[in-house]
Amino acid sequence: MAEEKESAEAMISEIHKQITDAFDVFDHEFNKTVDVREVGTIIRSLGCCPSEGELHDLLAEIEEEEPTGYIRFEKFLPTMTKVLMERRYRPIPEDVLLRAFEVLDQEKKGHLEPEELTKYMSEEGEPFTQEEMEEMLSAAVDPDKNVILYKDYVGMMTVEDN
Amino acid sequence: MGCGISLDNDYSLIKKTERAMKAAVLIQRWYRQYVARMEVRRRCTWTIFQSIEYAGEQDQIKLQNFFTYLMDHFTPTNSNQRDLIAHIFTEDEIYKETELEKYFDHESIELPESYTGPHIDFPLTAAHAAALVEAFRHKQQLHARYVLQLLHETLKHLKLLPNINRVCTCFCEEITICGDLHGQLDDLLLIFYKNGLPSVEKPYIFNGDYVDRGKNSIEILLILFAFLLVYPNEVHMNRGNHEDYIVNLRYGFTKEVMQKYKMHGRKIHKLLQIVFSWMPLATVIDQKVLITHGGISDTTDLDIIAKVDRHKYVSVLRPPKKKKRHNMAEALSIRGGLTSEGDIQTTNMDSRPSLRRLSLTSTPCYSPGTRKRSPHDISKKVRRSVEEELEKCRRQVGFSEPYEDGKFSLSFSESDSESFEVCESDNAEWKQIVDILWSDPMHQEGCVPNAVRGGGCYYGPDVTEKVLSRHNIQLLIRSHECKQDGYEFCHNRKVLTIFSASNYYELGSNRGAYVKLGPDLIPHLVQYQVSRTTRKLTMKQRVSRVERSALRALREQLFSHKSDLISVFEKYDKNKTGRISLNDWATVVESVLHLGLPWRVLRSQLVQSAPEGLLEYHAWFDDLAIEQPTTEHVHQSLLETLYRNRSNLETIFRIIDSDNSGLVSFEEFCQTWKLLSSHLNMEISNEAISDLARSIDFNKDGSIDINEFLEAFRLVDKIHYTEREGSLLLTTPGDLL
Repeated sequence: MAEEKESAEAMISEIHKQITDAFDVFDHEFNKTVDVREVGTIIRSLGCCPSEGELHDLLAEIEEEEPTGYIRFEKFLPTMTKVLMERRYRPIPEDVLLRAFEVLDQEKKGHLEPEELTKYMSEEGEPFTQEEMEEMLSAAVDPDKNVILYKDYVGMMTVEDN
Repeated sequence: MGCGISLDNDYSLIKKTERAMKAAVLIQRWYRQYVARMEVRRRCTWTIFQSIEYAGEQDQIKLQNFFTYLMDHFTPTNSNQRDLIAHIFTEDEIYKETELEKYFDHESIELPESYTGPHIDFPLTAAHAAALVEAFRHKQQLHARYVLQLLHETLKHLKLLPNINRVCTCFCEEITICGDLHGQLDDLLLIFYKNGLPSVEKPYIFNGDYVDRGKNSIEILLILFAFLLVYPNEVHMNRGNHEDYIVNLRYGFTKEVMQKYKMHGRKIHKLLQIVFSWMPLATVIDQKVLITHGGISDTTDLDIIAKVDRHKYVSVLRPPKKKKRHNMAEALSIRGGLTSEGDIQTTNMDSRPSLRRLSLTSTPCYSPGTRKRSPHDISKKVRRSVEEELEKCRRQVGFSEPYEDGKFSLSFSESDSESFEVCESDNAEWKQIVDILWSDPMHQEGCVPNAVRGGGCYYGPDVTEKVLSRHNIQLLIRSHECKQDGYEFCHNRKVLTIFSASNYYELGSNRGAYVKLGPDLIPHLVQYQVSRTTRKLTMKQRVSRVERSALRALREQLFSHKSDLISVFEKYDKNKTGRISLNDWATVVESVLHLGLPWRVLRSQLVQSAPEGLLEYHAWFDDLAIEQPTTEHVHQSLLETLYRNRSNLETIFRIIDSDNSGLVSFEEFCQTWKLLSSHLNMEISNEAISDLARSIDFNKDGSIDINEFLEAFRLVDKIHYTEREGSLLLTTPGDLL
């Protein structure tokens, strides 16, 4: 019983250190605060994959009553610890991602035209900005065939996540 | 998303659309996380580079500490040692005007028939200057004769200039201001291409750090000096902290000049020292905009700065020279040091040789990891550690008496005491100059010594406010720090950092920028990046490339601390399993390296595999290992120490190698290494040192080629790196190399 408690404590301590390290990367003024616009990046860097909507809700928990534009570590740590302990916003497995692309490929061509992907990404769901769209296309579009071979693309991108 | 009103037909349509929307959200979610992780990698990479860059600057401090230690405690016991010390501490002489002409005589240098480089003539014309630009673009080299002549003319011109250039925008549309160039000729060429060459209609101000690190420092200087002479009213150059021969010894400019000009290199180098000392310290536009290389401190006073004899400060890292020095005792008054908040211990002005002790602001054990903590914390710690360090040195050489302020016994004749005194006003003046060339802004309020660089201060927004309003100035433009976007505002937009060397750390690491000011004095910024390929790279490729470079540098650091790391790992691995948890790994690495890096965030890039969250640390080092082929029999920790201190060693060697032959004798190497290692608290037997020296003497002729010695580390690392690239780092076919 005591052993279990010890390992739970060790785990929490480990999580705290991870959160601190990630937070520090963005703490430019060394005063344990980060710009609220960077919080999404921090949360995602800790392995979570929230949608914009979920992120928004999370922020509401972390922000001050009167939003100052800054997020304090004292508020960030407990919320984030809970998120990690509860394993919320898990990353998306490769096969699920692939199926999502297949859904978009309504004609079952095995690839997507750039215009198709652009339409979906910029108009549906939680739309991309122009910058995000351009960046995605730059890596996703096969330069020779000028289409998105999504199976290859997903395979290439997920190698990065070890 | 408007769907039809009727039910059945549209039901499947609705379902389809719903599914499409869900799929889109999923992909967007995933992609945004991917981008976020790229961003963090990019930030970390930046932090790594900065940490290591400042580690290099800290090395400089260590070197100064070492010299101070030698001066204080070392008694040469034989003539060889005396020669060595004399070499290290020989003061350069101030040349009289007539001597200058004679020594730097360019007329006697013949232009060989085979010379195909550019020709210049005096008085210099715009055509000459433009021709130089073209010639250097085509990788030609200006002959030593012309170089000396040009430097001579430049010196004549610089001597006429005040310490603070006063410029006005009334005669032109806009003034262009450029920051650090650091020998990166491509950036200067790009600026001229985008913005136009300097001319009567196109005034320029260059804000220092023209040399070191990049490969074309001398070319940049020659181009800028040429334009300075052709357009004396439109082109202005400020001195930077790298316009300093001591800094140049370490950071590559000296080496560049010697390599390019061989036998004439010495003369060019010496003349450059004088030229640097005559460069103005600041420029003011319309009495409203102050431009200086580093910045300010809370004591900055432009009136004082305007009155100093700036050429006394040949190197800003040493106190001002008083007169020609010959013997060693006088030479000892070079207290290579920078004040700690203007803190000067008072001495008793009685008969005993006394010295105003100028303490260094930092210590060898203090690392750039402190960047992650506030400058206030650093300052407090530094003062404590300086005392500790001094105590250690004293104990080591067996001084049992307590150290009395300002007094100490030297084994040299005490009659040479007069030259030791550096009076208080000199110090205050010196501090003014160091501060404007070396300081950095910080976010917090206040003004604390810049312990990371070892010179100047960190100044807060309140200091900026105070100093600027005292002088009726509305904007401070400075350089000195690399910025990702090439520029950065801070302190309520009262301070603008402008940095003009793009891809400074690595291809893709940062953009360069310059700023244009018109009569309205509103800054217009122009950014650029030298590279044909970076524009076509995806974000992933850009990040990966820079990251690889940073990680390589980081692995070097890890390797060079292997023994320490292993011994601490073993402390955590009590059951001797050979494994350690990843959490402990991060704790240990930070405690040994003191780089202040987010190790847990970096872990996935540094640790290949850790089944069940446990790392086999011996195997991990094998992955990191950099092998030195010829020194297998040398003790591992000695090798590491050597590796860690290679910058310092290189600098010392270059000082010793007074004829610039690139060779140091066996004897000199052993002496130097012995001195350095005793300062570093390493116990080395004479045998071990000789062994080491012998193994480095590759051609066994009793002398050690400096370049070979250093190349051995670089070369091997490169070989290792290409072999390992496939396995250790996550490269994909899509990556450009």
